[in-house]
Amino acid sequence: MSDLSERSTVDPEPKPDPEAKAALESDPVQTGPAGGVRTPSGLRLDIRLAILIGVLIALCVVGYITAPDTFLSESNISTMLRLAAAIGVVSVGMTFVIISGGIDLSVGSMVALASVWMTTLATQSYGMFVMIVCALAVGLGAGMINGVLIAYGRVVPFIATLAMYASARGLAERLSERRTQVVTVQSYLEFFRGDLLGIPVLIWMLAVVYAIGWVVLNRTTFGRRTFAVGGNAEAARLAGINVKRHTAYVYALAGLCCGIAALMVVARTTSGASTNGQFYELDAIAAVVIGGTLLTGGRGTLIGTLIGVLIFTVVNSIFTQNNLETDIQNIAKGVIIIAAVLLQYSTTRTRKT
Amino acid sequence: MSEPDPDAEVLLTMTGIVKTFPGVRALDGVDLEVRAGEVHCLLGQNGAGKSTLIKVLSGAHQPDGGVIEWRGRTATLGSPVAALNLGIATMYQELDLVDGISVAENIFLGHELATFGFPQRRRMRNEARALMRRLGHPEIPAGREVGLLSAAGQQLVSMARALVHNARLIIMDEPTAALAADEVDNLFRIVEELTAEGVAVVYISHRLEEIRRIGHRVTVLKDGRTVAAGLNAQQTTTNELVNLMSGRMVETVFPKRDVTTADETTEVLRVEGLTRGSEFADVSFTVNAGEIVGIAGLVGAGRSEVLETVFGARKADAGAVWVDGKRLRAGSVPAAVAAGVGLAPEERKSQGLLLDQSVANNVVLASLPEYSRAGFSERGKELRDSRTTLERLDLRPADPRRIVRTLSGGNQQKAVVARWLVRDCKVLLLDEPTRGVDVGARAELYRLIHELAAAGVAVVLVSSEVPEVLGLSDRVLVMREGRLLTEAPASELTEAAVLDMVMEGSEVMA
Repeated sequence: MSDLSERSTVDPEPKPDPEAKAALESDPVQTGPAGGVRTPSGLRLDIRLAILIGVLIALCVVGYITAPDTFLSESNISTMLRLAAAIGVVSVGMTFVIISGGIDLSVGSMVALASVWMTTLATQSYGMFVMIVCALAVGLGAGMINGVLIAYGRVVPFIATLAMYASARGLAERLSERRTQVVTVQSYLEFFRGDLLGIPVLIWMLAVVYAIGWVVLNRTTFGRRTFAVGGNAEAARLAGINVKRHTAYVYALAGLCCGIAALMVVARTTSGASTNGQFYELDAIAAVVIGGTLLTGGRGTLIGTLIGVLIFTVVNSIFTQNNLETDIQNIAKGVIIIAAVLLQYSTTRTRKT
Repeated sequence: MSEPDPDAEVLLTMTGIVKTFPGVRALDGVDLEVRAGEVHCLLGQNGAGKSTLIKVLSGAHQPDGGVIEWRGRTATLGSPVAALNLGIATMYQELDLVDGISVAENIFLGHELATFGFPQRRRMRNEARALMRRLGHPEIPAGREVGLLSAAGQQLVSMARALVHNARLIIMDEPTAALAADEVDNLFRIVEELTAEGVAVVYISHRLEEIRRIGHRVTVLKDGRTVAAGLNAQQTTTNELVNLMSGRMVETVFPKRDVTTADETTEVLRVEGLTRGSEFADVSFTVNAGEIVGIAGLVGAGRSEVLETVFGARKADAGAVWVDGKRLRAGSVPAAVAAGVGLAPEERKSQGLLLDQSVANNVVLASLPEYSRAGFSERGKELRDSRTTLERLDLRPADPRRIVRTLSGGNQQKAVVARWLVRDCKVLLLDEPTRGVDVGARAELYRLIHELAAAGVAVVLVSSEVPEVLGLSDRVLVMREGRLLTEAPASELTEAAVLDMVMEGSEVMA
């Protein structure tokens, strides 16, 4: 900001500045061994991750104590994970969107629309394969509309996806005439409700989506661009990244995840309905935020999101196992969101000082 | 121009004001004396400390040392409100108005006339109307939304806001920057009326002719110090003022470019007739391989805009850019990057870096496709190449995993440059590369820029610091108000001559 060259002596030996040195000493990640470069700020996220895992284990302990016979039984764990599957997949897309600096309020409605479209009598008449393609195409298409409006139409994400939130569910109601469309294609139900190597297909799908999502986010240029766009869109643009196109892709990806989630919801409920996926947007955003992804973008992990989803699932299970009312359950959810976020803030703060 | 009474009351005395920011001593002993009824001009180059001094005076910054006396008594300007209460009002260069509310509401913002919490709208409107009348613009309605007014209109609202507090001292930071000629006349008439009433004005402008027209006395700042105080604004020659602003007390660190590495036969960058809205017009120049071309000019002269347009980050209305004989697609950064152009932007942090990510991530940001196979990142190659480049740039520690935020300013700048070096760029556009960089790191950056040129890179350098441009470049382009004024070999120009051109046009060129 000013040229003070005259009064300072020129130091021929470029000295390492003290601030950087201090940071070096306090942060082992930066001098650590090769290989651990997945996240921009590995250590902090690791502490957060440890906290999250601790919370999850604590909740499991609570579950075990309150319902010792059933909570950790194989069938309950399987039920919990199958319930977590759809919201878990939606949260993968949401994580990408939020890391890129955006938000998607329309995920629940996109799940509803895809589930209805794939279960109309016409679609079902073509059989299982067409149903699957239909769900994925509807999700991808709706997501692309979001993406184009946001990236090229310059509509703020909140508004663009709010519009999709309303209209996708409206379209789902119109298509289904607000009736529950029962799935009659037996092969579909047999496959998606079945097991593979003793583990339910839905749980396999959840695992595969997270694995692919993790690789894409952490090991591909697509993931790198997502972090770059969310971290500093202007810097990304001035580095030659097509920020608009990438933004559109990210929302399309979120839509695709909703299509996959629709497959899961339809399998679990054996039907498609315009009421599917209600409040998914809130649950997904909550899971992502609990998982340590910053709403301002540029930072986040999928592992955190997964644990966030599991935390909610376990809470749900604890309440149903103990026959508690859903109103208390919702209060508990709210408390957990705030507690998790405050806990994470406190770890960030102590590190800065 | 009426002479101010030499025996007029001394309103303000600042003695030995010191203000330090982390790494920078922005004010290093500033003295300023302002009398009632005078227009006291503050003069100095970019970075001389004018803005910091204003902020101290308006209570926005607290000085680390020195004494401020207000009407003979020691005063502490602990906050903007405290300064206002004493009678010191400030019109900032960047207008600090709220667009969505009315003229009257803006004028009384933060000091609403109210009874029991209910604003007295009618009284505020009437007073606002009276003020606008006094300022010569009764046609501006007090109820009009400020965002709908012209720049000049907003300037007047800003001034009305200073007046409503019955200020005895008004600071005006480049008030004419956004005004047309007739509006400037109106402003000066108002300034004269104010001073006739005994109000003092501290006037900051880069335009020497304005200082001649309305100024009484001049204080010159340089490098955070007062180098001349209380000069007569009418009788001091332009030459003398320019010399005071530029005169260097100690030899500088700016390297002399003794040996040029320019290859006259290989033109790399050609810019022809580049024009963009009101920002700049008809800018043409060429840069050869290994040549460093500097662009000098004031902030707002269009220098950064030209660089960003060459780079495709802004779209030109007319004109074209060629790199190695190939015409670049207008308004496309990817096209410029693919052709081998790199930009180190003016705002390093907000435009250049992913602060919370590793150095390696920042270095390969412009080359992600090159560092991937089938879409998968090649981390090993990224880290290897980043490390090599960091070592070449002498970025210490050369650890590609460090988070960029923890680096010093100079090292952050190197990280931005490294981004373009890993892809062997042919044209490097550097916008204020040494801003916020300490002296030792500057010398390194200078050496680095020379090395890059020696390696055949065509460098375009923009800097507000004239000696930096002169010392680094082979050729210098001088810009003023969106136009190229002069093009000359750096060896044929002096700091005083360039300063004079950027500030006044040409008066003492000879």
